[in-house]
Amino acid sequence: MTFEAADRVDSVPPSGIRRFFELAEEMDDIISLGVGEPDFSAPWAAREAAIASLERGQTSYTANRGKRELRERIADYEAATHNLQYDPDEEILVTAGASEGLDLAFRALLNPGDSIAIAQPCYVSYVPGATFAGIDVIDVPTRAEDEFKLTREVLESSGAAEADALVYCYPNNPTGATMTAEEMASVAAFCRENDLLVFADEIYADLTYEHDHTSIATLPGMRERTVVFNGFSKAFAMTGFRLGYAMAPPEAIEAMNRIHQYSMLSAPTTAQHAAIEALDNCRDEVTDMAAQYDRRRKYVLTRFEEMGLDCFPAAGAFYAFPECPWDDAGEFAESLLQEKRVAVVPGTAFGEGGSGHLRVSYATGLDDLKEAMARIESFLN
Amino acid sequence: MSSRREILDLLRENARYTTEDIARLTDYSESEVAEAIEEFEEAGVIRGYGAVVDWNAVETDEERVRATVELNVTLDRETSYDDISDRIAKFPEVTSLRLVSGDYDFDLEVEGDSMREVSHFISDKIAPIPEITQTVTHYIMESYKEQGMEFDDHDDDDRLSVSP
Repeated sequence: MTFEAADRVDSVPPSGIRRFFELAEEMDDIISLGVGEPDFSAPWAAREAAIASLERGQTSYTANRGKRELRERIADYEAATHNLQYDPDEEILVTAGASEGLDLAFRALLNPGDSIAIAQPCYVSYVPGATFAGIDVIDVPTRAEDEFKLTREVLESSGAAEADALVYCYPNNPTGATMTAEEMASVAAFCRENDLLVFADEIYADLTYEHDHTSIATLPGMRERTVVFNGFSKAFAMTGFRLGYAMAPPEAIEAMNRIHQYSMLSAPTTAQHAAIEALDNCRDEVTDMAAQYDRRRKYVLTRFEEMGLDCFPAAGAFYAFPECPWDDAGEFAESLLQEKRVAVVPGTAFGEGGSGHLRVSYATGLDDLKEAMARIESFLN
Repeated sequence: MSSRREILDLLRENARYTTEDIARLTDYSESEVAEAIEEFEEAGVIRGYGAVVDWNAVETDEERVRATVELNVTLDRETSYDDISDRIAKFPEVTSLRLVSGDYDFDLEVEGDSMREVSHFISDKIAPIPEITQTVTHYIMESYKEQGMEFDDHDDDDRLSVSP
């Protein structure tokens, strides 16, 4: 017997941007707009709480579901900011990042052979996660002309009605698209009519610039069929803490916790202490960071417009998703990197639905952003 | 929607932003930004534009000395804090002057080419002012942050160049 990847692992191709990634890592002095994480450090109070917890020797496991104190704070925060009401004892599970939560949901709430409709283009983990869980994937390709929003029309035409669940992320990575309450209501109606579960990745919920975020779980008849995922990585700039959470009715959380308690046991303890402090005392920092992303968003969108590069008005997360002026976005990104030392991610990295586009992250300081946009402009000319 | 305050925030962040930059960063047009800045300047909201300098990083043999000075004053019926501040603020050596709460009254910042020059300035020009009862001078030995800008060089970005 020798080591060979299991079939379900083998069936997932390596990341489409691996070559590009390796190229970028080899080069010096590049300005990267390819980074999907905040350029801010976690708020100091949260970092200090992590340090203090270590000094106090709080290094043991916590309850499988996460510290109760943290679950209470999460419940309060979600009620106050997103109008979501969940019981900290039975309806919240603290996970190692929102990604773990999604993986748990795929494995705990669906059976191999079930199918899941995934709004495309999407975060790179959804499709492999479904494959690892033995779930079939139905692509739901959102369209640039719809501003990459999920519509009843694309749900119907893609065959999503046949799926057991729908997964999406709004505000969206990679497009920066958001959904208004009205648009979300139409998706909710479709899910109710076709009896779909919903896995709503709301990790960018606090980074919405043009209108308030609407969680689908707040809409009539949706709470009972929805798992909401969120975490501290994006809004609180705490990516390295690896801390997220899932909120859902008790039976869903119980099932997810059954895998979590054997695989993860509990989310990182130090990170949980930091997260309590973040929710208690770092909300102003979130507001400040969001204001800075918003400025950069306006800057990037205006610059693309000046360059004549079509870009729909991305209104959330920290990404712009302009159309690529070349047929092959991968080639464009590679040439841009080699000639101008600016890294952007070809849209194809996020599935076929991203082809013909570039993901441009503006989680980068303004000086670098200005220089990068000037270089892109000179590359286009 | 952007507020005019945002224009001030951006100029505070970097006074070299052009009106074009600020227009791209906000919901205002370039002409609206220019108009707002002009109004701010005329109204005395914007008092000037300066660079934040880390003097330790300047390669020169010339010494640059700064000190903060605590001043205590005693007022009488004819003299107000404003009268005293008018007198002190006029000295070119004084880079900032603030009335503060706490153990002393004025917080004064002074710059000079040498410790001797700063010391003489305090003893010859400030201390003799009749209402001033006490001065406590603190020479600035090292600056780590000025006007919101950190002077460290730990700006390495160790994030992956490309990530999901």
